[in-house]
Amino acid sequence: MTPLNGYLLLAAFLFSIGLAGALTRRNAILVLAGIELMLNAANLNFIAFWRYGAHPEALTGTMFAIFSISIAAAEAAVGLGLILAVYRHFKTTDLDEIDSLKG
Amino acid sequence: MASMSTGFANQADQIFVVLKGAVVSHLPVILQPLVSAIISMVGVVAVFAGLFALTTVFERKGLGRMQNRLGPNRVGPFGFFQPAADGIKSLTKEDLVPRAADKAVHFLAPVVLVAASFLGYAVLPVGRNMVLTNLDAGVLYFFAAGSMVELGVFMAGWSSHSKYSLLGAMRAVAQMISYEVPLVLASITVIMTAGSLSTVDIVAKQAQYTGTIAHWYVFTPWGFAGFILFMIAATAESNRCPFDLPEGESEIIAGYFIEYSGFKFALFFAGEYLGMLATSALAITLFLGGWSSPFSFFTWVPSWIWFFAKLLTLIFCFIWVRGTLPRLRMDQLMGLAWKFMLPMTILNLFVAAAWRFVPGGLPVRWFVCAAMLVIPFALLSRGLRSEKKLQTRTYRFAE
Amino acid sequence: MTILFLILAVLAIVGASAAMAFRSAVHAILSLALAFVSLAILYLSLDAQFVGFTQIIVYVGAVAILAVFAIMMTRSDSAHHHSEVFSKSWLTGLVLAGGVFTVLAWAVLGDKTQHAAADTPAPVTTVTQIGEALMQRYAFPLEIMGLLLTAALIGAVVLAMPLLSNKSAANPAAKGDAR
Repeated sequence: MTPLNGYLLLAAFLFSIGLAGALTRRNAILVLAGIELMLNAANLNFIAFWRYGAHPEALTGTMFAIFSISIAAAEAAVGLGLILAVYRHFKTTDLDEIDSLKG
Repeated sequence: MASMSTGFANQADQIFVVLKGAVVSHLPVILQPLVSAIISMVGVVAVFAGLFALTTVFERKGLGRMQNRLGPNRVGPFGFFQPAADGIKSLTKEDLVPRAADKAVHFLAPVVLVAASFLGYAVLPVGRNMVLTNLDAGVLYFFAAGSMVELGVFMAGWSSHSKYSLLGAMRAVAQMISYEVPLVLASITVIMTAGSLSTVDIVAKQAQYTGTIAHWYVFTPWGFAGFILFMIAATAESNRCPFDLPEGESEIIAGYFIEYSGFKFALFFAGEYLGMLATSALAITLFLGGWSSPFSFFTWVPSWIWFFAKLLTLIFCFIWVRGTLPRLRMDQLMGLAWKFMLPMTILNLFVAAAWRFVPGGLPVRWFVCAAMLVIPFALLSRGLRSEKKLQTRTYRFAE
Repeated sequence: MTILFLILAVLAIVGASAAMAFRSAVHAILSLALAFVSLAILYLSLDAQFVGFTQIIVYVGAVAILAVFAIMMTRSDSAHHHSEVFSKSWLTGLVLAGGVFTVLAWAVLGDKTQHAAADTPAPVTTVTQIGEALMQRYAFPLEIMGLLLTAALIGAVVLAMPLLSNKSAANPAAKGDAR
């Protein structure tokens, strides 16, 4: 197992843990935490491929990771603002109770 | 590089490097990097923990003198063994943990705080060739270590499960994240001019001399403004007066470390003072030329003596400010960060660029850059002053 | 597989699993911060210094703090201990995540292309190179990123501001804006 495979497996495992959390938790903020974990796993993928890949001097992997981190921060801010706005209306962050659009 | 004076001055300058090299050279080659790093780490921890102890006694005596009273003067000559007495007291006090507190987080919070505070010292050059690691992104590493402190503060306040501690922690974290922005922006001007994030390179660029004056960045208008803004932000980052509302005794008892006693309380104190020392040391590295001397005829003084002299001067300024200025209210504090310091630091970036690109001699550049700084400063501070109509005061005296 | 990678991988997995399993939301975010820090150290071990330090500053110093502030403001740490931790459809979610991991692991382990071995020298990337790349080749994404961050800033402030018509219950921790 090459080191690259090790990093990719770790990233895949973290991604699936984040996905499991995002799909099963009730608290909206922890769903967002799962999403952040998935983004982190993808970043790890990028950096691992940059390090062990073909053209590390092109800095593509690093650049992608930097932009991904910035976007994740912006998305976390907006997502938490949304959760606050939803909380103000429903008085709960429990996703199973926010079902007023349910058919 | 600064001109090397006599051989003795050079030896005194490099004495710690030579000592460490002598100790390490007796070991097998495979162990040498590890032991060298361990010796440097032990040195850093010992020196700065000792400086923390010294700072506590300086502060109490300094504040005492400013308030027209003696500070502690019982333990040792002029009270200078007071930190030993304080240390023994904090070690032997009972460690009370509230029943409703979250035990694991309550225990880990001071650990995280002090560990993150110590991590920042790794990139600060204490003397010529005396830096723990010369990271390519040194200043960025310092800010990363500083941002972990906020998590420790929040952990402390939340885990104590008490209203005062939670309120103090919220205020402290809000203040720290707000003032991190002007702190980083003020240091970006230096990074822009030096062209490197490595602290060793930044000091090396400032250790050059034209005539007798060094190239310190504080001697330029943008550097001076940046230094002032950096020190204000550093005061707020370490929750010092006038920004110590989250932990002022008369406001919120002790803020986020109310429920801590004994050694954990001493660790929080240590974390706060270490943070203050670390940001002062970074200010010295970025603006005051690190270990270099201001005048070229003083280069015979060892570099680490210059560094610690500047550090002690800055600590004295911190204590002086604490003894002089009243505390800022929370909304005044946040307003200062976002409405005053953020525009001024962004303007400072433009001034630093103008300093580089304005054609003409030194007086022209000074005039243009100073005008670019002073006029907006005057306008901002006038504009932000709240217009309160004061009533005529009536005094009632006891007759 | 070096010792450092194994330790950091175990830390990251433990932090992530704890983040998704803890009942208390604040504990979950704190273990998520642990996972972020171990990932940052992994980046440092892969010689991506700038990304590693940026990860700590942004994720641990901003996103985790933002998440705990949101937990404080929505009172979701103490008041709802009687409610369930996992939603009604937890089994579907777990099966889906397991399926995704199986597919990804099969893709990784069945990979036949030749990648670099463990002893390839680390690429020497200085921050200067990253700066030059940002200003030359990636200047357009940089400007778009600035626009995106400004939009996110304004949007988050507008979303989290209390409505002027119906004032919600005053939060002692609310300092005005959620960043």
